[in-house]
Amino acid sequence: MKRVYVNEQWCLGCHLCEYNCAFANSGKKYMATALAGKPIYPRVHVEGHDNISYAVSCRHCKDPLCVKSCIAGALYRGEDGVIRIHRERCVSCYTCVLVCPYGALLPGEDGAMQKCELCLSNSSGEPACVKGCPNRAIVYEERGERL
Amino acid sequence: MKRYVIIGNGVAAAGCIEGIRSTDTEGEITVISAEKHEVYCRPLISYYLEGKTDLTRMNYRGEDFYTKNEVRVIYGESATAINPDEHTVTVSDGSVLPYDAVCVAAGSSPFVPPMEGLDTVEKKFSFLTLDDALALEQAITPESRVLIVGAGLIGLKCAEGIQERVASITVCDLANRVLSSILDDECAALMQRKLEEHGISFLLGDSVAKFERVAGVESSAEGEGAFSGSYVAHMKSGAEAPFDVLVLAVGVRANIGLVKAIGGNVNRGIVVDDRMATSIPGIYAAGDCAEGFDVTIGANRVLAIFPNAYMQGHASGVNMAGGEELFDCGMPMNSIGFFGLHAMTAGAYEGECYEETTPESIKRLYVKDDLLKGFLLIGCHERAGIYTSLIRNRTPLSEIDFELMKQGATTAAFSSENRRKKFGGVV
Repeated sequence: MKRVYVNEQWCLGCHLCEYNCAFANSGKKYMATALAGKPIYPRVHVEGHDNISYAVSCRHCKDPLCVKSCIAGALYRGEDGVIRIHRERCVSCYTCVLVCPYGALLPGEDGAMQKCELCLSNSSGEPACVKGCPNRAIVYEERGERL
Repeated sequence: MKRYVIIGNGVAAAGCIEGIRSTDTEGEITVISAEKHEVYCRPLISYYLEGKTDLTRMNYRGEDFYTKNEVRVIYGESATAINPDEHTVTVSDGSVLPYDAVCVAAGSSPFVPPMEGLDTVEKKFSFLTLDDALALEQAITPESRVLIVGAGLIGLKCAEGIQERVASITVCDLANRVLSSILDDECAALMQRKLEEHGISFLLGDSVAKFERVAGVESSAEGEGAFSGSYVAHMKSGAEAPFDVLVLAVGVRANIGLVKAIGGNVNRGIVVDDRMATSIPGIYAAGDCAEGFDVTIGANRVLAIFPNAYMQGHASGVNMAGGEELFDCGMPMNSIGFFGLHAMTAGAYEGECYEETTPESIKRLYVKDDLLKGFLLIGCHERAGIYTSLIRNRTPLSEIDFELMKQGATTAAFSSENRRKKFGGVV
């Protein structure tokens, strides 16, 4: 399946991916009305230290610990391999935060957990973080195991 | 065609079903479910009482789960015996089910120590099952004074769940702190303060000597002449706790009887290897009744937590169906919050402790032999799963920037090469 991959060598640490993510998932028509003047709750986060930065979002693991651990049966893997969440089932117990090795799950504005679902069912249609990355530090493609 | 029998219908059973079906789409699966419910999210019973979920959303896998996986469920019955020589399971309705592989996912039962006068208490409840929660919901009124015996995860989640629906809640425990199995004194004190802010009172380091029915108290709420069932718990310390509704959340015991009866290796739980096989061929066990390997102590123990139940169940299912799946990274871990204050704990609290505290948060990381062995986080749980992965993967701390990791869980503390695998490859 196609996944989002990052290359920290090219990441400028500009955080545009976070804004594009929040906008794509806002359901709003204009970025300014969607995001201006309020805290944003993106599903991708730029992390880093000491001149290194990179965007972190769900890895859509083959063996998703979050899905296996979710006490509410909210997290699930779709037929297409994408890990999704039924947010209305989430009780914000944070067990997924306790088990995700990447720190990829965070609560949304309403407190229920949210995660990257590759923009497949929002207005972007494909990962907005990738589309908007000015330096191609984030890509969306098919890759095999890299060891 | 293989015949599978699963004893129990909780999350370990659901994991087992999904494990079997990932390997064998043909075999016949029969589930024996003592509870007359489809598999539901057991830890959500307190959230149900709190109004944060409902019976539909609590259904763990949706309505078509059994149909989709071609599973026959026998509701309202339990297994009374496993007959390893005949390869059959005897069911309480008298039927006998032949099996090629059986998974004991029978869970645990509440443990109630003898307490004087307990039999005189009318409204008393355990808090393990959905039916327990529904019965408790029927019994409480806005006037109820509730006494909860047990300040562990179950007792306190119950307290949080009903806090807005009753007049008062008192929680007592023999231990001198709340959540004594997972929190140390200081962390427990922080959590206790949060619970007290929400009106919950505690009698800690104390236990009930005797329950006494208070004579002559007539209820106005329940109509003319109805006895309200008012009681006093006389504590060993001499304290008295008046109550109308009693919740018993002292602890649980693994349901090991079926395997013990046929000479299988049992301890506190049914002893399993990392394929979830018991000592008797063809018989597997998973979930709260099983005793598997805990990587953080290097020995077997019962890890009665949800993720463990699912993963053990899944591994057992794959192996029952002739596949190969190991579950060899079990460890205690809990994410539990009360009134917005979250605690996350994992592993063993042994070795050198690195700590960082503020008035609202506590972080303790336990390091031994160049490994993170365990942690305790209250009010600072961001990306805690990265810490958990260090324990699970037994990552040598000398290979990462542990100084950075101490400040906050981050993948930036790994080597660039490690991150390339994590974020540039399929994981």
